Amino acid sequence: MPQQHPSEKPSPNVGLFITCLADMFRPSIGFATVKLLEQTGCRVSVPEQQTCCGQPAYNTGDRRTSAEIARMTIDAFAGYEYLVAPSGSCVGMIKYYPELFDKEDPYQQLAQELADRSYEITSFLFDVIGLEALQQQLQQLSIPRTITYHDSCSGLRQLGIKQQPRELLKQIDGLQIEEMTEAETCCGFGGTFCVKYPEISNRMVSNKSEFINDSGADTLVGGDLGCLLNMAGKLQRQTKDAPGELVEARHVVELLADMLDIPGIGEQEVRQLKDNVSAKNYALASELKSSELTGSELKTSAITAEQEAK
Amino acid sequence: MDINTPFFKARASEALQDENLQQALGNLKQGFPHKRAIAVERMPEFDDLRDQGRDLKNHILEHLDLYLEQFESKVTENGGHVHWARTGEDANQIILDICQQVNAKTVTKGKSMVSEETGLNDYLEKNGIQPVETDLGEYILQLRGDHPSHIIAPAIHLNLEDVSEAFHQHHNKPKSDDPVTLMQEARDALREKFVVADVGITGANFCVAETGSTIIVTNEGNGDLTQTLPKTHIVITSIEKVVPTLEDMTLFLRLLARSATGQEFTVYNTLSSGPRREGDQDGPENFHVVLVDNGRSEMVGSQFQDMLRCIRCSACMNHCPVYGAVGGHSYGWVYPGPMGSVLTPKMIGIEKGAALPNASTFCGKCESVCPVRIPLPKLMRHWREDEFSKHLTPKAARYGLSSWAFLAKRPTLYRQFTKLSSWGLKLLANSSFGGDKGKLEKIPLAGGWTDFRDMPAPQGETFMQQWKQRQAANQTDGESS
Ligand code: SF4
Repeated sequence: MPQQHPSEKPSPNVGLFITCLADMFRPSIGFATVKLLEQTGCRVSVPEQQTCCGQPAYNTGDRRTSAEIARMTIDAFAGYEYLVAPSGSCVGMIKYYPELFDKEDPYQQLAQELADRSYEITSFLFDVIGLEALQQQLQQLSIPRTITYHDSCSGLRQLGIKQQPRELLKQIDGLQIEEMTEAETCCGFGGTFCVKYPEISNRMVSNKSEFINDSGADTLVGGDLGCLLNMAGKLQRQTKDAPGELVEARHVVELLADMLDIPGIGEQEVRQLKDNVSAKNYALASELKSSELTGSELKTSAITAEQEAK
Repeated sequence: MDINTPFFKARASEALQDENLQQALGNLKQGFPHKRAIAVERMPEFDDLRDQGRDLKNHILEHLDLYLEQFESKVTENGGHVHWARTGEDANQIILDICQQVNAKTVTKGKSMVSEETGLNDYLEKNGIQPVETDLGEYILQLRGDHPSHIIAPAIHLNLEDVSEAFHQHHNKPKSDDPVTLMQEARDALREKFVVADVGITGANFCVAETGSTIIVTNEGNGDLTQTLPKTHIVITSIEKVVPTLEDMTLFLRLLARSATGQEFTVYNTLSSGPRREGDQDGPENFHVVLVDNGRSEMVGSQFQDMLRCIRCSACMNHCPVYGAVGGHSYGWVYPGPMGSVLTPKMIGIEKGAALPNASTFCGKCESVCPVRIPLPKLMRHWREDEFSKHLTPKAARYGLSSWAFLAKRPTLYRQFTKLSSWGLKLLANSSFGGDKGKLEKIPLAGGWTDFRDMPAPQGETFMQQWKQRQAANQTDGESS
């Protein structure tokens, strides 16, 4: 992996690939990505001619359509030194582009070149730009949260992303990482899989949310919005009647770019309520440490706190 | 064996409701993967071995004809016979002929997936010959009229109660829930069978070309008895099992045991190299090897060739979250899990087998543990391509895909669409469907999602809309300053 420090290469010209899910559901992920890239001295543009990486077609077996979309994406990012996306899955798809063209097709070469300069955001920040460029900013942050990190499949197994987001997150003051059991197991999203086989997908995401809850974390963090929508949706359905127990779901860039003022994935009014409750719980927990309060007493107090917050 | 693969979805749904099964699958998930991880950790060069395994298998597949011929001539030299079976029926017929030649009434069998593939047991029974499975798991299944749900732990879907019930019915003994007692019962029952069997049939994990030997690996020792006690030993195996030398075989044995059960070596590794020779203490008088093709030679040189590297270790299914959720029977035919999702459509046709390569999130866990590095997700994707190009993809999916593709190829139009959809979803979230503004609890036409989880609602305007506004604002700023 080329180690380029911004001082050697003053302002990399980065094209942001805004994944379709982030574009539609959670633009803040896009803005957080831009913020991080700009903080490390990149010039960021968003090519207009992009739509989707083509994964739905590729995974349905429609090679022709995926090749057409690949061609479009290759053209759209032709002028950029790097393509960066807040998703291991979409970058993983771009890495497949070379396979979609015959050896004689000039696009084969272009696809290879694009694949070689495409990066998932945390890997770009850590492997290409280098931690130092961002370290100072990150160390100024204070996020008193306990998070658990879900390793999304393509990012993990196709791109080898495991340590990068964790190393970046570790710089943040107050942030604790509690690893869940089976952090590397698929959450059951799988693009169209979750609608083709909803029951199997449900079992997978149910297992996942059990591990998330057992980790004791208050925030679930990941690098792919698809998986996060799936897990957040399940966590919310499960804690429907106890919103105070909901583990908040967030994309990793939102933490790194200090954009926690926006509600967690799939939340709006609820969070505020929860924050009040957690603040009181937190106070109660410290009280417990210094006093003789028992667990059940704490629970009762927490319930009172929740009611008050309502 | 009946082909139930087309009913994958319904069977999976039942499996998900079956609490006993779910418990058994939970144990499986705790067991084998954990043991494998420890074994791998203790062997730092394991990944190098996997590369060697992959390369060696590729070499073998390039020269398959050569090694098979060498194997055949060695077996013949050793006094055995090699039979070539193009199809499963051919294989069954050949085996029946051999059994009839020696007037067999009972045959004992070691575990063999290939014989499941050809439906050998039913065939023999129909022709008046009693096959007796001797692998404990297979024996239990046979008593229950059941089929394997896993390739190395065939009865993994059963619990102690099921076994106790089956034994109670067939052994004329009081019920017991003590595993040791049950094991002893099975041992006693099987001993009698071993003694009276006229023919022993086993599979083979590998066939060694340089010596004409076949090998089976077991943890029970039943294979030894099956192949040494009866007068006739028939090996039924498939053509891709051949390896050049004994040394090559040991490479695969090391990979196999660690990947399958996390053992460094399987307990019993039994080689057969032809019938007994003069002065030998034991061994069969007749030795036959039936080499089954059943579609495999067609895979050589095709985009599915990589699948022929499979050494049937089961690591892919042990680690697969889909297999872990629905169990082996859901797959509806002999081979379950990721390897089955590639092999099955080849053997029963993509028309019947399409559910399997589609039932994957492409999470890639299977590929990451496969000892011979078979790119299982890629091969499943090839099946989806085959399905798509043959117009077998379900109409709704095809229609959805083509409308999406139409938009995805036209950025301006696409933008309008995403704008509208995010606006629409947001609106829905704020209406009675949502309850909360941040999520949707029900979305028309998206029941597959909202039956089980909420759908987080869009934040508001799309990124592209907001980005445009930001650019415009920056520009005005730039101009005014
Ligand atoms: S595909 Fe690989 S992991 Fe699966 S059974 Fe075959 S060799 Fe083992």
